[in-house]
Amino acid sequence: MTSLHNSEEEKLAHFMHRIEAGDKIEADDWMPEEYRLTLIKLISMHGISEIMGALPEKEWVPKAPSLSRKLGIMAKVQDEMGHGQLLLRVTEDLLKPYGKNRGDLMQDLFNGDLKFHNVFHMKTTTWADAGIIGWLVDGAAIITQTNMLGASYGPYGRALQRICAEEVFHAQHGESIIMALAEGTENQKAMIQESINYWWESLLMFFGPASKETTGSSKQDLTIKYKIRTKTNEEFRQLFFDKYIPRILSLGLTIPDSTIKFDADSKIWTYKQPDWNEFKKIIKNEGPRSQERLNLRRTSYENNAWVRDALSAVVN
Amino acid sequence: MSTTENSMSAEYKEAITHLLFQLADDDFLYAFRGSEWLGLAPHIEEDVASSSISQDSMGHAAMFYHLLEDLGVGKADDLAHLRPAQDRNNSILTERVNGEGYYMETPQYDWAYQVVRSYFYTQAKKVKVDSLCHSSYKPVAEVAIKVKMELYYHKLHWETWFKQLMSSTDVAKKKMNDAITVVMNDFGDVFSFGNLKPKIESNNLLDSEEEMKKRWHASIGPVFEALQMEEPAIPNHPVMNGRNGEHTKDLDEALLTLSEVYKLDPVAVW
Repeated sequence: MTSLHNSEEEKLAHFMHRIEAGDKIEADDWMPEEYRLTLIKLISMHGISEIMGALPEKEWVPKAPSLSRKLGIMAKVQDEMGHGQLLLRVTEDLLKPYGKNRGDLMQDLFNGDLKFHNVFHMKTTTWADAGIIGWLVDGAAIITQTNMLGASYGPYGRALQRICAEEVFHAQHGESIIMALAEGTENQKAMIQESINYWWESLLMFFGPASKETTGSSKQDLTIKYKIRTKTNEEFRQLFFDKYIPRILSLGLTIPDSTIKFDADSKIWTYKQPDWNEFKKIIKNEGPRSQERLNLRRTSYENNAWVRDALSAVVN
Repeated sequence: MSTTENSMSAEYKEAITHLLFQLADDDFLYAFRGSEWLGLAPHIEEDVASSSISQDSMGHAAMFYHLLEDLGVGKADDLAHLRPAQDRNNSILTERVNGEGYYMETPQYDWAYQVVRSYFYTQAKKVKVDSLCHSSYKPVAEVAIKVKMELYYHKLHWETWFKQLMSSTDVAKKKMNDAITVVMNDFGDVFSFGNLKPKIESNNLLDSEEEMKKRWHASIGPVFEALQMEEPAIPNHPVMNGRNGEHTKDLDEALLTLSEVYKLDPVAVW
């Protein structure tokens, strides 16, 4: 007797039918390898970016300029580590058939095979950078992540439910820092403008190139095909402009792009493209702080090897 | 005893003010040292847990600084950020660096030291906070009740680490024993009230130094016994007494970082 879905083609057809019907795929369900690899790449990068993203913000935790700001940023960075933990757990389940685990992900990070988001390769210089990261980087992340709340892969969608709820607080935390600076002294206002000038290109790059022709590769077609997300990189970037450009301008700040304009008929923003060659360098770990941050993570991982050995000895 | 600022004696106010500075400065520095570990803990779950503890501890510091503000001593943020090292009353144990190197570069922090300092400090804080729940100064007693709820988890966390690493590899045991020596060398001022000892003790703000030391020993005793280890002794004379404003250069460096942005413009709203 032949089982209902015994051939690969039948399995794939059934799988695609489930996805089209809005069914959620779970960790132990059959899935095509292309889907599994796409998820691993996406979620491991998301997870490790949360962890590497803690490092630039951590720089401002002790320096935060009041007790309440110290508490706020401590809570935020802790949340980010928590998101990293949640996402790496989701990735670990997907990695099982390959016999890989979290230790392998760390090695992939250290040897450059596992990338982290371009924004977290950048330098932070002032307290306003901590505000801009919360307000606009987390704001950008909310745009892409809320689009994946209904992702076909159930565990990722559920992790994102919690992550997005917390990211909203983070964006409010960042906005609160920026509002205080915007209503403050001339020096404080200048601090935000300098920060926006520095981060603008990175924020545009955050959403990825419009097509794979720009940088040679893009996973957006696959993630849309498998209903992991519904919108393209460019659609995300346009949503970001819609939401944040009016807010930035309302604070008396300027956008560091004199060409940017909104076409009322097409409802599309035209803007100066960021330097995508620079983007390619950044994601190859050749950004302003890439090596320092990787080195920090690598050194702490090595320094703490004796602790992991000790814990393994306790378990065994 | 009345707890309002207007009706308390000058001596009482001096005693409670000094005690609150000790409590606030201890947690401010302890939370700072914990936060330097952010992103660098041995595993990600630990990063989440210990950053939560640092955050709680900074919250405790904020509550103690706010009690000082309520007493009219100054604005809580100014007290936390602007006082120079010689005016600080934290134990030197809380100001010590986590290891070599600056947190912004590539520091070589020692997890054994983090575990031992955190466990011994948290246990000492628990003894104090339990006692403060019955303080003659009601506002601090109310804060102590809140702090006590969180401390239960902090103590459980660090005690678990302490027991696990002490029952593990030879490397771990050696590192932990080395850390105990370093921590205990700085432990002499943890239970000290400094020069204000007679006034703090006579006003029933909390139990005496000697009584609290006994309780600390009583609480860690069974853990050491189970591990078949000898309990470390609290030095009779501190190498330096932070309660009297005696500090290491580690505190100067910590304060530079902690107040870097605030000092750009202390009257601005941040």
